[in-house]
Amino acid sequence: MALLPVLLFVFFVAIVLILSFYFGRKTKSASGYFAAGGNIHWSVNGIAFAGDYLSAASFLGICGMIATVGYDGFLYSIGYLAGWIVALFVVAEPMKRLGKYTFTDALDSKFNSKGIQLFAAISTLIVSICYLIPQMVGAGSLVTPLLGLSHTMGVIMVGSIVIFIVATAGMASTTYVQFLKGGLLIIFSTILCVAIFVRGTTTEPDQGGKVPFYQYQTIQLVESSEGLTSSDSTFQVGAMKEVSGTTLIKVHQDGQELGWWIVTESPKTGTQIAEETQSIVHKFDGATWINGHPESDENQLRQVGNLTKIDGKTEDTGPVSPFKFLSNMGSKETIVKRWEKLDFTEGEDHVTVFAPVYTPGNKIMRPGLKFKVEGTPLQKIEFISLMMALFFGTAALPHILIRYYTVPSQACARKSTIVAIAAIGFFYILTLFMGLGAMSSGVINLTDSNMSAPLLAKSFGTFLFSIISAIAFATVLGTVSGLIVAASGAIAHDLLDRFGGLNMDDKQKVNVGRLAAFAVGLIAIILGIIFKGMNVSFLVGWAFAVAASANLPAILMLLFWKKTTAKGIAWSIVVGIISAIGIILLSPDMYVRYGLPREAAPIPLGQPGIISIPLSFLTLIVVSLITQPKKKKA
Amino acid sequence: MLHEPAAPAEVDYATSYKMRTGVIMFIIYAIVYAGFVAVNVLSPISMEANVLFGLNLAVIYGFGLIVLALIMALIYNAMCMKKEKELKNEDNIKKEGK
Repeated sequence: MALLPVLLFVFFVAIVLILSFYFGRKTKSASGYFAAGGNIHWSVNGIAFAGDYLSAASFLGICGMIATVGYDGFLYSIGYLAGWIVALFVVAEPMKRLGKYTFTDALDSKFNSKGIQLFAAISTLIVSICYLIPQMVGAGSLVTPLLGLSHTMGVIMVGSIVIFIVATAGMASTTYVQFLKGGLLIIFSTILCVAIFVRGTTTEPDQGGKVPFYQYQTIQLVESSEGLTSSDSTFQVGAMKEVSGTTLIKVHQDGQELGWWIVTESPKTGTQIAEETQSIVHKFDGATWINGHPESDENQLRQVGNLTKIDGKTEDTGPVSPFKFLSNMGSKETIVKRWEKLDFTEGEDHVTVFAPVYTPGNKIMRPGLKFKVEGTPLQKIEFISLMMALFFGTAALPHILIRYYTVPSQACARKSTIVAIAAIGFFYILTLFMGLGAMSSGVINLTDSNMSAPLLAKSFGTFLFSIISAIAFATVLGTVSGLIVAASGAIAHDLLDRFGGLNMDDKQKVNVGRLAAFAVGLIAIILGIIFKGMNVSFLVGWAFAVAASANLPAILMLLFWKKTTAKGIAWSIVVGIISAIGIILLSPDMYVRYGLPREAAPIPLGQPGIISIPLSFLTLIVVSLITQPKKKKA
Repeated sequence: MLHEPAAPAEVDYATSYKMRTGVIMFIIYAIVYAGFVAVNVLSPISMEANVLFGLNLAVIYGFGLIVLALIMALIYNAMCMKKEKELKNEDNIKKEGK
């Protein structure tokens, strides 16, 4: 365990705790607790928006996705940022004008309806929990390499700090933690990008001389009457296997087994070759073997990701401009060595082979590797549906919307959104450089692409790694704090006070808010431990789909359609939640997670937005028309 | 009043103007965004076309959407501020006249 990351981590946590103590002593009223008194400066609020919004999914998830599938990962950056336009032009000022503490307040501003209070609060809780789980799991994953703690200890520690931040001073301390984290994330991501440009690109990345570049072996294959054989007599070719359309052969050298190699075409000569892969074998007796040897601290999967040709050449580029860096990556003459995962069983052993795939730069720098935009009509609809959910989801996320109550006026709500667009937009441009930097620097962890950005920083030295890891950890703190404030407001203010009719005074409301924060924090800790090791990034997608389907139609129609009724809003939220989650649960991707065949899924779509968003609008219109108040007779 | 803001806010004179302008600008941006999605779906290969500084259409359009968001946001803010100021002055003149 390195000392510097620990010191930076402790320093950051100490600042967070001091801030919480300071604001905690000042927070006496419900307005102070849930909305920071409504007197945060718009510029601070704008950066805090960035701190709230740039979650682990943005920083770790998007960079990791770009590092493995190129431009398709950047589509998330574009969609997430475009969503802020909806927030600015349509939602920001009305939310400030209509609401008090929670998003439910704004929806219910004209009606005082129990239905809206209940269902909008439930929607807030569902979206917040879907968002919380990946953050907590991410926190556990980050703390393990950073502090040498177990996943469980990491989750408990993060949960405890966040409960402290929220329970002491609510929105005030949360705002300044997010401001601090948002600012640091943007500054140090910029520094990381500058470091990428200064180092340039090489075909044999060695992490600044720290990790020698590994040359994977290849053998020339020859077709004979006995099948494929090696042209080099020291290698022997054994069994052959087809896995998901990829051919693997077992290779031996002088009688020693070297494992499964991939049969492919040589990118240089076009002839048939077998190339070395990496593998994990889970033996029937519980042992794990990595690359043919028992797993140990020294024997782990090698980090990967490099270019075999840069714009047709194999020379180092030296320092490059941002434009040159991108144009090199997108050249047809650039070849990127990516890795595909192949799972199969061999006897009683479970084998995972990571095999190299060579992709030209022009395919890396346009959509297609993850989202099959050239595929079937259904795959195209799936892509459109995702882009819709990203565009419409942001402006309906409850933890983002409550930040509009922390500024003093509508003009400040607008200005803080513009600061957020500038900060978040700049950061999302950086994600493309960081992701492609990881793709070409030999720093991708084959079992966890989320660590690409911190590992890229590590290739530039311990200091940058330490600070980026501490910021990644702060990213989790900032986002989780915002989510817990939103959930705590939904429970204390919407459900207990308004829906339950408890009519609490200011002090009681703050105390109940603190208790609710404690309870939600505990739930987050438990879920973070339960979901350990699961790839839960899809839950963020759920959060966006539910928010876009359940909340946005209600907000927009309330603002722009005079015939909207309370029942129309309540039913549209219910239909939005049920249709979005229902479609996801019955999708082919989820069936694979249940261990069932994809084909058995009753709904062929994985992204619900294209159905659930219009359905929610339609429900609101139909129910509102049916439940129009009767006109009084003159 | 159940839903008063967390802090007392100044009177806003330009609400309807800002809502109208916001919707128009939202529609403009949504069309450009829909264009991006449409090109990806209908002609993904054209995203490879070299457009500027050696960058392809995918990168230029993607960066363009991010930069356009900021430019439109700044224009919107300038328009709103101008109108807010204008209507506030008119209101002040009316009050002084009374």
